[in-house]
Amino acid sequence: MPNCPTCSRASSRSTSSAEMVKGREGERVRLYVCGRILGYKRSKSNQYENTSLVQIEGVNTKEEVDWYLGKRMAYIYKAATKKNGTPYRCIWGKVCRPHGNSGVVRAKFKTNLPPKSMGSRVRVFMYPSNI
Amino acid sequence: MAPSKPRSKSRNPLLIPGIGKFSRSKMYHKRGIWALKAKHGGTFPRHDPKPAAPEPASKKPPKFYPADDVKTPVPNRRKPKPAKLRASITPGTVLILLAGRFMGKRVVFLKQLPSGLLLITGPFTVNGVPLRRVNQAYVIATSTKVDISGVNVDKFDDKYFAKDKKKAYKKSESSFFETEKQEKKLPQQKKDDQKAVDTPLIKAIEAVEYLRGYLGTKFTLRSGTKPHELQF
Repeated sequence: MPNCPTCSRASSRSTSSAEMVKGREGERVRLYVCGRILGYKRSKSNQYENTSLVQIEGVNTKEEVDWYLGKRMAYIYKAATKKNGTPYRCIWGKVCRPHGNSGVVRAKFKTNLPPKSMGSRVRVFMYPSNI
Repeated sequence: MAPSKPRSKSRNPLLIPGIGKFSRSKMYHKRGIWALKAKHGGTFPRHDPKPAAPEPASKKPPKFYPADDVKTPVPNRRKPKPAKLRASITPGTVLILLAGRFMGKRVVFLKQLPSGLLLITGPFTVNGVPLRRVNQAYVIATSTKVDISGVNVDKFDDKYFAKDKKKAYKKSESSFFETEKQEKKLPQQKKDDQKAVDTPLIKAIEAVEYLRGYLGTKFTLRSGTKPHELQF
């Protein structure tokens, strides 16, 4: 599990990256569900990169996706140059709607996901919460 | 005549915007102007105009005329309402924080502030969360409730949590070279407020078996747990 990325919007309430690392010296908690990026929304020979398809772990039917609608997700990746003191970078997005009947989800990100993200992990957070 | 409220709805329904159903003469009759006139001896009652305020002695012509007529923006009279509190969140509910510095911690909800944010406390000695504001969207409400009847939270509002405005330091030679090391100490008042809220709370928590340990533990997802199947 990568060390706390500083890109997280929710935890950006005036905490520097150093402070964030310090705060996590205790137990690690996972408050997100892992997902896999399957690719872009596409038909046989056309793809629409503004929407990505994501498989959320443990979600196998269209009905189960209802809980995740609107939840924010983050694609986290590493880059060579350090920004804000950390090599980790992130692209934020959210779950838009189900895709098909088997629990795959359509997601839109702030900027389109890069093609190298296909097959990699995405974190689906539990907020904005409705419980 | 007693002052009457202006009618909210026109007596002349619109067939098409700009075209009413009734003619001028019909409207005259409907509005009852004939009755008013009859009451006041043939003429419509009128007051003498109020004496006009005297014009200022010297009215200078404005120095500047804008080249084009600039439209004044319509004033925004919209006052946003505080966010509607979810039915699952009642005073005393244990909430799970989903993001931020204290993510995963289980905290006690005290009340909703006028801005819509939720006022929560750890309590501080139990899990290190002080009196804090949090947004509803970043919180999961559990079905566990703590008895907060002994806690008085009336004095807390959004102004209590406002950041202190930085003093505008005078740019003098001396202050330039002095490093501004203002230690951000928590004022004793805030520490006292925290204690005042927490002491009755902790009493209520101790009364329930395992509750203190529960509040001290963080929530985390484990391998195989699916949040959409969890019952909070």
